[in-house]
Amino acid sequence: MTNWVDILTELVHRTTSDLPRDAEQALATAASAEAAGSRSAMLLEALAENTRLARAQGSPLCQDTGTLTFFFDVPQGYDTLALENAAKTAVAAATANGWLRKNTIDSLSGRSIDDNVADGAPVCHFEQSDRDDVEVWLLQKGGGSENMSRQYSLPDSAIGAGRDLDGVRKCLLDAVWRTQGFGCAPGVLGVCIGADRAEGFLQAKKQLLRPLDDVSDNPQLAELERRVLAEANSLGIGPMGMGGKTTLLGVKVTSRTRLPASFFVTVAYLCWACRHRGILVDANGEPQDLN
Amino acid sequence: MSVMKELFYPFSEAAVKALRAGDTVRISGLVYTGRDRLHKHLAEGGKCPVQLRDGAIFHCGPVTVRDGDGWRVAAAGPTTSIREEPYMASIIGKYGVRVVIGKGGMGKQTLAACREFGCVYLQAVGGAAALLAKRIRRVDGVDFLDEFGATEALWHLTLDGLETVVGMDAHGNSVYDEVRRDSEQRLRELIG
Repeated sequence: MTNWVDILTELVHRTTSDLPRDAEQALATAASAEAAGSRSAMLLEALAENTRLARAQGSPLCQDTGTLTFFFDVPQGYDTLALENAAKTAVAAATANGWLRKNTIDSLSGRSIDDNVADGAPVCHFEQSDRDDVEVWLLQKGGGSENMSRQYSLPDSAIGAGRDLDGVRKCLLDAVWRTQGFGCAPGVLGVCIGADRAEGFLQAKKQLLRPLDDVSDNPQLAELERRVLAEANSLGIGPMGMGGKTTLLGVKVTSRTRLPASFFVTVAYLCWACRHRGILVDANGEPQDLN
Repeated sequence: MSVMKELFYPFSEAAVKALRAGDTVRISGLVYTGRDRLHKHLAEGGKCPVQLRDGAIFHCGPVTVRDGDGWRVAAAGPTTSIREEPYMASIIGKYGVRVVIGKGGMGKQTLAACREFGCVYLQAVGGAAALLAKRIRRVDGVDFLDEFGATEALWHLTLDGLETVVGMDAHGNSVYDEVRRDSEQRLRELIG
C-alpha cells in the first residue's frame, strides 16, 4: 500500500528546499560569464550560496513558496480523489513544519488560510497513462513570477507581431523586456503557441517542468527556443534587473492547434528558483527521483 | 566594484544621502516588514503602530515559525516592490521613512519622493530566502498578525549585515531606469 501522504510531503519538502541540479548548473554558468567582482556576479553568487544553504538546511529556497501545482499521471481506474486528499494533507503538514509559507488568502474576506488548504489549493491535475506506475510532478511558482506571465493575441500591431513564428519571437522578447527584474531574473519562459486562452496558460506552465538543457523535438521550435534565449540575453537586463549578461536561463516552447480566428501566444514566466521536481512511484509504493 | 558600505539603524539623512545608485551596502539594525496590506492601510489613513521616522520598510513576507514565546524566521526575502508604487511616495513623505528594501525597483513617484525627503531604495537578493534569513538576528515583535495574517503582518526584525545594492538613490538616480532604457533600445533592434 502506497503511503501517499509521506511520499508527497517529502516531495514538497525537496521541491521547496532542493533546487534541481540543472538550475544550479545554469546559475553557475551564468555567474562564470560575468566579470569577477561585478554587481551581477555578486547577485548570482548570492543565489548559488542560497541554493547550497537551503539544501543543507532543508529550508525554503525562497520565502514565496508559491502556488503548488501537482501533475499526476495515473493508471486506469486509480483513485484520484484519494491522491488529491493526500496532497492536501501533505501541504498542511509541510506548512506546519515551516517548509511552506502561510501563503493562501481568501479572496473575498482577505483572511489568511493558515494551512494552505482550500478548494483547489493545492492545484491538482490528473491524466490517465497506459502504465501501472504513478508519475507525479510538482511545480512551486511564486507570485512575483506569476504576475509576469502574459498572453498575446496575434496580430499585435503594438509590437509588429504577425501570425507566424517571427511574430511569436517578438512576443517572447517583448514579454522579457516588460518583465525587467520584477520576476526575479534570470528566469525561464514556458510558452504555448495556439490553444484557447485557458489551455494556453496550462500548457505554457507545463513546459516549465522540462529540464533546462532539454531541447524541443520539433526543429522549428528548437530553433525558436535557441534564438529567443540568445536574443533575450543580449537585452542586458541581467540578474534582478540590475544589468548583466544573463536574463533568461531557458526557453521552453510547445504548440497546440488553434481556431482559425485565434492565435494566442502564452508566456509563463518562472523566476530563477526553478522549483520543479518529479517522482515515479511503482506499484509497491517505492518512489524514484525523475530530476 | 566599490567597497561594501555599511548602514546602521537609526538611518540618518546624511548616511542615506551619501549612498549612490549601484553602491553595495550592508544594512544592520531594526527594520519593519510591510507589503500590500500595510501600504494600503497606511495610505488610507490607518494607524501606524510603530515609529517609522528614520526607519526602514522591508517589502517582505517572511516564513515564521513559533519558537517558545517568540518567533523564528525560517525564510525571508524581498517581494516585488512595484506593487506599492501607488502608496510609497506618500508614506515616505508622511512618516519620514529613510530606507525602503525590496526587489525589482520602483517608479517615478517613489524616485521623486526619495529625492525630496532623503530616502534610498535598496535591492535585496530576490528569492535568496535561506541566505537572507541568516542575516536576521532576531524577531523583536509583530503587529497586525491577526488582521493581515502572518505573511502580510508588520514584523519587527533586527538585521545583521544584510547585503543589498542601492537601486535608487536620494539624488534621482535609478539603476532600473538605466537598464530599462538600454534594454529598450536593444529590443527595438531585435523586433524592428
